[in-house]
Amino acid sequence: MKTPRPIPHRTSRGLRGRLRCLMQAVWDHRLYYLMLLPAFAAVLIFSYFPMYGIQIAFKDYKGSLGFAASKWVGMKHFINFFNSYNCWTLIKNTFVLSLYSFLASFPIPIILALLLNEIRGRYKNFVQTVLYAPHFISLVVLVGMISTMLSPSIGSINTMIEMLGGKKIYFMSLPSAFRHIYVWSGVWQEMGWSAVIYIAALSAVDPQLHEAAIIDGASKLQRIWHINLPTILPTVVIMFILSAGSLASVGQEKVLLLQNDLNLDVSEVISTYVYKRGVLHANYSFSTAIGLLNNLVSILFLLGANWISKKATETSLF
Amino acid sequence: MTAIRDTAADRRFQIFCCIIVTILLLLAVYPLLYVCSASVSDPKLVASGKIILLPKGITLEGYRRVFQDNNILTGYLNTIFYTCFGTLINLLVTVPAGYALARTTLPGKKLFMTFFMLPMYFSGGLIPTFLLVNQLGLYNTRAVMLLIYAFSMYNCIICRTFFGSLPKELEEASIIDGCSPIQTFMKIVLPLSKALLGVMVLYFAVAHWNTYFSALLYLKDQSKFPLQLILRKILVLEESSADMLSSVGEEAAAAKFQLKELIKYSVIVVSSLPVLVLYPFLQKYFAQGVMIGSVKG
Repeated sequence: MKTPRPIPHRTSRGLRGRLRCLMQAVWDHRLYYLMLLPAFAAVLIFSYFPMYGIQIAFKDYKGSLGFAASKWVGMKHFINFFNSYNCWTLIKNTFVLSLYSFLASFPIPIILALLLNEIRGRYKNFVQTVLYAPHFISLVVLVGMISTMLSPSIGSINTMIEMLGGKKIYFMSLPSAFRHIYVWSGVWQEMGWSAVIYIAALSAVDPQLHEAAIIDGASKLQRIWHINLPTILPTVVIMFILSAGSLASVGQEKVLLLQNDLNLDVSEVISTYVYKRGVLHANYSFSTAIGLLNNLVSILFLLGANWISKKATETSLF
Repeated sequence: MTAIRDTAADRRFQIFCCIIVTILLLLAVYPLLYVCSASVSDPKLVASGKIILLPKGITLEGYRRVFQDNNILTGYLNTIFYTCFGTLINLLVTVPAGYALARTTLPGKKLFMTFFMLPMYFSGGLIPTFLLVNQLGLYNTRAVMLLIYAFSMYNCIICRTFFGSLPKELEEASIIDGCSPIQTFMKIVLPLSKALLGVMVLYFAVAHWNTYFSALLYLKDQSKFPLQLILRKILVLEESSADMLSSVGEEAAAAKFQLKELIKYSVIVVSSLPVLVLYPFLQKYFAQGVMIGSVKG
């Protein structure tokens, strides 16, 4: 294979000439396309084919007919969802959980990164390594650990409460405890890992700025506020936009593990409902419609956050 | 910076930072150490709250029973299979794609990027994907565990940014010497990308090791279940398998219950240890990984 030729200047030729140039360039890159092919096929099959399947949200899906041949029913499933008795509970549970989760897990890694940045040498590395550890634990193990530690019979937390003269608390079945358990176990697990990106951004702070500020008599806190924070602000904004996109949805994996019959009133969120109605009860069209609705709202949130931050800070994702 | 002395207030601030970080460190590490200690301690002492940090009344009974259990063993082997081959497929699909997308002269590059990025924001959703897997005949096969997430755009962006930062002269030289792009990729670029490959292996392998939901969704036979699904039964649904508790027989219910808890702690350690031992070796590349992977590029 020869060197890929540079594409000649476009304006100098006619349409046919340009087309020939393009064909030549494509041919020269044929082996690169070959490298792209497996990824292309994987995304086409496992991401775009399901998108084609979204049409069943507007149809009555019958397994024997497939996606395309099932009968159109218009907005029936959406109307059914909004008329169902638990629709608003689901929406409320989802938003409360994701908002609470966001408020706790968004600022903490930033603060952690700023704190870690003040510590030098091997201790910093050691702390970082240890703080990553919870990230590598699976959700099943995390939930297993939570339920064992909070268990009323052998859990260390309840043993401690009893030693202090309190009464045992059945945390896992307590509806009012569910959100706190979900959010703070999430903070525990991802705090160190989420801080990585800010720590990396902080390493780009120009030391000369600090030197100048010290000479001007700035205290450490002032330097963090006026130098470190503005440096990582674009990273913070990008992360903010990305989390805003996920504000309208809560992943089902962890909620399903923490869920039980007693906390269902607060723990049933849209994604777990989609899973149950769709996979366990085979209401395919209905649950596809709910999933689609949720996805569209997420995109609206993402675009909205992107638009606001573009106006306010001139940093944006697209 | 050291030339200028810190003021007293600054030093106090630094000590304050150290204290806060140390508290967070203890909070992060304590549950992990507690589980390790409890897994080798006398279950009676664990149940009565005597274990604070260090193990007491050392016993390996929990581990003995875990390793005797056939379900866990099958799950472990399945997980090893899914992790090894799944990661291999991930690498074969994702890394070359990252290399191709890093090529600035590639015609249609923007189109491909859009094609790959779009599913990050808009997806078919759970149910259409589930139905598709059924239609493809992949339901309840081992293949679905290897193929469903074969490509990861997030990791592909990390690869693309990494390859884009390599000096162009290297590839030019090898092409002038008569290497095809694929030869250049295999013989020149990959040997220079050990850091990237290390991070990729870690990300993909951990994802395979820890996933339970796709197995819950797509697998039916217990013989194909990965470890995490077996763990879910033991830890979350509280169904210990019969043969784990078999030899307890007529003993008191309390002892049986304590043994069940001991098994839980042991099984947590057994399932999490491989990953927890692996990641510190690759830690120095993490920051690099997220930095070069920032979507803004």
